[in-house]
Amino acid sequence: MLNRSGQIAGRSDDATSAGGGAHPTFTGNRALQQEEALLFEIGRRETTGIDIAEPEAFKPRLNGLERKGGVDIPGLSEPETMRHFVKLSQKNYGIDTGLFPLGSCTMKHNPRLNEKMARLPGFGDIHPLQPLSTVQGALALMEELSRWLLETTGMKAVALSPKAGAHGELAGMMAIKAAIDAKGEGATRRVVLVPDSAHGTNPATAALIGFQVKPVPARDDGWVHVEDVKALLGPDIAGIMLTNPNTCGLFEPQIVEIAAAIHEAGGYFYCDGANFNAIVGKARPGDLGVDAMHINLHKTFSTPHGGGGPGSGPVVLSGRLAAFAPVPYLKAEGEGLTLVEHDAAAAEGEAPFGRITAFHGQMGMYVRALSYMLSHGGDGIKQASEDAVLNANYVRACLSDLMSLPFGDKPCMHEALFDDAWLKGTGVTTLDFAKAMIDEGYHPMTVYFPLVVHGAMLVEPTESESKASLDLFIAALRDLAMAAKDGDATRFTGAPYHAPRRRLDETRAARSPVLTYRTPEPVREAAE
Amino acid sequence: MRYLPLSDADRGEMLARIGVDNIDALFADVPKDKLLTKPLDLPRHKSELEVERHLGRLAARNVPASSVPFFVGAGAYKHHVPASVDHLIQRSEFLTSYTPYQPEIAQGTLQYLFEFQTQVARLTGMDVANASMYDGSTGTGEAVLMAHRVTKRRKAVLSGGLHPHYADVVRTLSRMANDEVVSLAPDVRAKEDIFAAIDDATSCVVVQSPDVFGNLRDLRPIAEKAHAHGALLIAVFTEVMSLGLVTPPGEMGADIVVGEGQSIGNGLNFGGPYVGLFATRQQFVRQMPGRLCGETVDAEGRRGFVLTLSTREQHIRRDKATSNICTNSGLCCLAFTIHMTLLGEAGLTRLARVNHANAVKLADALDALPGVSVQTAGFFNEFTVKLPKAAAGVVEALAAKGVLAGVPVSRLLPGAGLDDLLLVASTEVNTDEDRAALVAGLKEML
Ligand SMILES: Cc1ncc(COP(=O)(O)O)c(C=O)c1O
Repeated sequence: MLNRSGQIAGRSDDATSAGGGAHPTFTGNRALQQEEALLFEIGRRETTGIDIAEPEAFKPRLNGLERKGGVDIPGLSEPETMRHFVKLSQKNYGIDTGLFPLGSCTMKHNPRLNEKMARLPGFGDIHPLQPLSTVQGALALMEELSRWLLETTGMKAVALSPKAGAHGELAGMMAIKAAIDAKGEGATRRVVLVPDSAHGTNPATAALIGFQVKPVPARDDGWVHVEDVKALLGPDIAGIMLTNPNTCGLFEPQIVEIAAAIHEAGGYFYCDGANFNAIVGKARPGDLGVDAMHINLHKTFSTPHGGGGPGSGPVVLSGRLAAFAPVPYLKAEGEGLTLVEHDAAAAEGEAPFGRITAFHGQMGMYVRALSYMLSHGGDGIKQASEDAVLNANYVRACLSDLMSLPFGDKPCMHEALFDDAWLKGTGVTTLDFAKAMIDEGYHPMTVYFPLVVHGAMLVEPTESESKASLDLFIAALRDLAMAAKDGDATRFTGAPYHAPRRRLDETRAARSPVLTYRTPEPVREAAE
Repeated sequence: MRYLPLSDADRGEMLARIGVDNIDALFADVPKDKLLTKPLDLPRHKSELEVERHLGRLAARNVPASSVPFFVGAGAYKHHVPASVDHLIQRSEFLTSYTPYQPEIAQGTLQYLFEFQTQVARLTGMDVANASMYDGSTGTGEAVLMAHRVTKRRKAVLSGGLHPHYADVVRTLSRMANDEVVSLAPDVRAKEDIFAAIDDATSCVVVQSPDVFGNLRDLRPIAEKAHAHGALLIAVFTEVMSLGLVTPPGEMGADIVVGEGQSIGNGLNFGGPYVGLFATRQQFVRQMPGRLCGETVDAEGRRGFVLTLSTREQHIRRDKATSNICTNSGLCCLAFTIHMTLLGEAGLTRLARVNHANAVKLADALDALPGVSVQTAGFFNEFTVKLPKAAAGVVEALAAKGVLAGVPVSRLLPGAGLDDLLLVASTEVNTDEDRAALVAGLKEML
């Protein structure tokens, strides 16, 4: 599309980049691969795609604060808007495009029934502050979701309101802090143990509320060892943040002993539940000694990631922390349900630590997650966990002769972790390998996480993949791996070749950040 | 089970390829006595039709905003969202993508984030905006933490007009982080003396406009006073549509502008998901929380976009990060961006005028009722009325008659002695008939 200065958006100076000997095109487009300019280059300030009549004349009552000078945001008509965003969507890879093995992120199928349910006016079109008598069905839904979460985790209470996983971590750690303060130990218990393999949100969360983060060093078997934890315990211990199954894709075999040690030291066990999807219906965190755990509804329970959010991160709590759950929470009242929305309204024995967000959390995600749960049933969610683990192990088994496993050839949970030892001497890095996968039509796996494994490649196929899909994926990865080993480095170092963009210059983006569109200075026409 | 493609035959073959006899061999690291042996106490799987029936029944027990005369606001607003918005955000490539960590195949997400950041910066009158927070309230908490980093002080002053939920979020976070908060008392007429609360230890002053009672606040003198003491002004809004008509905080000296973006593109959803907007001045960019999308070029020199300045973020900086946020409000940003694109300046300013006009009309009609008085002099689409009796009971009684009249202040501030106050919002969705129904209902009640 031509922008307002008559240039063709996104067309490279070197128009021969079409490849394959094809003729360069006038527009820079290649049939269905189309360039799209920025809204600010194609929109017009006076254009709108919304029909709405001016109000009848009236006297504004804006306290003298009328906006002068306009808003300077261009508009598009509806057909132009559709094209703009449809073209943008075509530059994205989604789960529905193909296998999306992004470890730790659980890119499983997003059922469209869930979307339909969340849009029922009785859920999508109700206000968080309308009288509770007019939203009893919504509260009942929240209660039903809570029951599923408590039954699958074996925990005592749940705070639904956290807005994503990291927010759930914050809520859980706040509950721990409140419990410690309630015992009068706030001044001494300041240390939270976090393994080096943990996701960045764990240390960031602990530090946010003043805890001192102490690392638990990594071992070469990928597990956290109870004696390493014990060595760090003392009267200053507030708790531990442990991911289970862990970020290496392994179940922590000593988890029960670790929990007991932490409890004995007077601390609390926060479990990062990002990987709960491997064990739903197989084992319950409550039986393992966990005190608090967030559940990413956008991972385990299939609510869509939406290009980065929104998510939902309810946090389940043990009996030791239940009393400190934040407001709002549900309570039975007469025939129906009510919400406790203020600390002061708490009953005897409850000591909510406060509020972490306006309103009641991510209702839209609660509906989707419950729709997923009801569809699967208790039988289906267990099967889903087993299939997720099976698929990951199948990938591991079919690639382990070519790609190296950092912790030896042992079963994994829902994700298979490789390192880059096998790439040594090939001139190909983990990043290069990932980019070459793009050319093969796959989204890369998670790379360089967890940090404890060199050049990590974390593959999480999820239970949504058929065997045929996995077989093709495995064949493609084997072909790539052999090409790397055969010295075909340019297939990797220049990749991707076939994506909407070649590799992007991230250093340049960070060095002099351009974060908003600046209207270019008008170019003066050369005199005739 | 319709979502699981593996057959039993597949499973058998795969187990054999892995070299184990049964699935539980793969769960060998789970302590023996902890592996569940009996099924959970949960119902069995259901067909699509059965799920629709079940959830449909629950949905039917709620009263949707569109089905009644509706005046509820206080931080979430009923607006009309064009059909094309909801269609576009359900495109698979948007809906089912992840955070754009692989920019070469995520230019769609990245470009709209760049457009979103630009729209938010221009709306608020600021230099830069991030790629969203969870919602306005958590964004406000983050803004306070950011001000503490910038000023190296740890005391926040909260206006009494700040939405009580937002104030609670800030207070909870601050108490946990051992930071000081000075909260002014709620004041329906915004006559608080915020200047007296600002001193040389103040890190930031947090002021909402329109405030929770609806008052439009002139932020300039507050900014001046804050700056004179080396403090930052954090300007908060819960109704982003107001920015179509009202002087943007960036023009009134705000250092951080944060608020709720739900009104543009996003439905009510009983409180979430929403989208936190967060903007600041160029000089503070490296102290910002959250993701930022920036422009760059690819290996062939073509313009493209990437996530940038990520050394601020948890995945790089861990316990030294500016925030712990990871997943944000991606798809809600997209809804915002599309709706904003459809509106453009012309549509937004007109829509904002319609909102204001509707609220003015309603305020006059209510003020004319005996015993009812409008408390708010300057407002956008929401104001406070004083009733001759407790607002909560009135709202409940009107709900029984099929009118959702507004939010009793006591719902937000119980025990504050403000039980006779009612917050009333009127947007473009309200017709003259809706307003008449509210006026008639109230008249009957009082
Ligand atoms: C192991 C782990 N912990 C925590 C998180 C944070 O969750 P969220 O992105 O929902 O905040 C993630 C996801 O990104 C994760 O993979």
